[in-house]
Amino acid sequence: MFRPRPDGAVATIPVEVEGRVVRVPAGASAAAAVLLAGLTSIRDTAIGGGERAPYCMMGICFECLAEIDGVPNRQSCMIAARPGMRINRQSGARPAPSGEIE
Amino acid sequence: MTVDLAIVGAGPAGMAAAVLAAELGLDTVLIDEADAPGGQIYRAVESARETSPKASPLGADYLAGRPLAAALRASAAAYRPATMVWHIDPDGTLSLVSEGRGEAIVARHILLATGAIERPVPVPGWTLPGVMTVGAAQILLKTADLVPEGRAVLAGQGPLLYLVAAQLVRAGAPPLAVLETTPRENYAAAARHFGGLWAGRRDLAKGLALMLELRRAGVAVRRGVRGLRALGRRRVEGVAWEGGEIAADALFLHEGVIPNTQISLALQLAHHWDEAQSCWRPATDEWGRASLANVAVAGDGAGIAGAASALLSGRLAALDAAQILGRIDRAERDRRALPIRAGLARERAIRPFLDALYRPSDTLLSPADEVIACRCEEVTAGQIRRAVRLGATGPNQVKAFVRCGMGACQGRVCAPIVGAVIAGARGVPIAEVGAYRPRAPYKPITVGALAGVEVGPHQIAKPN
Repeated sequence: MFRPRPDGAVATIPVEVEGRVVRVPAGASAAAAVLLAGLTSIRDTAIGGGERAPYCMMGICFECLAEIDGVPNRQSCMIAARPGMRINRQSGARPAPSGEIE
Repeated sequence: MTVDLAIVGAGPAGMAAAVLAAELGLDTVLIDEADAPGGQIYRAVESARETSPKASPLGADYLAGRPLAAALRASAAAYRPATMVWHIDPDGTLSLVSEGRGEAIVARHILLATGAIERPVPVPGWTLPGVMTVGAAQILLKTADLVPEGRAVLAGQGPLLYLVAAQLVRAGAPPLAVLETTPRENYAAAARHFGGLWAGRRDLAKGLALMLELRRAGVAVRRGVRGLRALGRRRVEGVAWEGGEIAADALFLHEGVIPNTQISLALQLAHHWDEAQSCWRPATDEWGRASLANVAVAGDGAGIAGAASALLSGRLAALDAAQILGRIDRAERDRRALPIRAGLARERAIRPFLDALYRPSDTLLSPADEVIACRCEEVTAGQIRRAVRLGATGPNQVKAFVRCGMGACQGRVCAPIVGAVIAGARGVPIAEVGAYRPRAPYKPITVGALAGVEVGPHQIAKPN
């Protein structure tokens, strides 16, 4: 969806987007890494299951919710990419805990 | 921890207020959710790769944020980046989360400098991946040096539309087309503000230069576009309007900006419906003081006027805070405010013209039944109209009926749409239907962060 601009900052930070290593420049957010990785979408909605991708990039719309380093529902546009960060798609609502609640 | 002044938001208003307040001897803290100062307008300005206006694709107005950020860094004000305010109590307690840890600080005076958000652009297909805001494209350029890949279309209206189109040209990624949605009748309405055009001629010249730049770069600009919609199945594949259609890989939408009122509404400050800007804004006096005596609002969060005005209004609010807290007397506050007010009058001169010219169309504000209004809960405009027919009178009631505004964004995006749809369905002005009442936490926080907050002595009940 996005590409580095010619003469732009050097991409130095390796992150994993859906298991694939992508390098982004310092200052880039996790959502930017997702867009650079070329993912069509970052999540499926909890209501209709439709695909969504980052929309506002400034922490307003919550469309970019993703699983970051194993924690779901993180606002990926507000989280700076860090070396080794694992960013994954999330699907629908978080499953309810199984088993009896005592 | 107790401070004199807590400022929320490190854009031009917040930065300028913090610098001046600290200079006036106020114990000042500036809290901001981002990792670096600048707000959205000066986002990542400290790490701009090209620092000369000629070389930078972002231009001179963006780089103007650098000295302000430098002044903040040099200031005695405590700057708290990567910190989210999740609750403000009218007594002056601010609840924060930073790096997953909760904290509470008490401020004698609070300045909200929470800036603007982009007005939602509810057109058919606006939830498709590949449809983003124009501001989002600019943020990706500012923070990550990324540009859209393939055929990009920018659609909507307002100064930012042309600015970002030109910035993309300079960044080596000229958009395929710019589709301007300005309704034809707006031209006549804007022409009535001709007086402001002369006073704001510098801004006007900038706008015309951007349009010329686009023409020279061969970017197709189409005016009077109506019935805009995003096409595609799994992602955006094209853009259509009344009488036209083009294939596209990305669509960026923009219909101007509106105040970010999430915190000011949650605090239950008095708000007015601003008819000229089609948005809610907190009621403020000439110093930015809001309806709570210990709270003020500066910058675009108090009404859209742009970055230069925001900086100046931040300074006014800092002077007023210093007067309230006894650092300067009224005479000094008023004397120091004079040149700032003169600057504000200059900066705001063009605003009535821009507001009239770029007023969104009625269909944009209140879209057709099948269009998604609330992206989070996937509620259509039609469902909202049905809730009104069932008796819901305002946004908070409609929220209870159909869940719009109850999703992850807490109504930030859909609020303007929901208000306009209800008003249209009831046949009353938006001012009459009211606004959502947002609540804390302003953004989701973990139970751990909540449990870890140290309770200040002011909150401990005194034994009798």
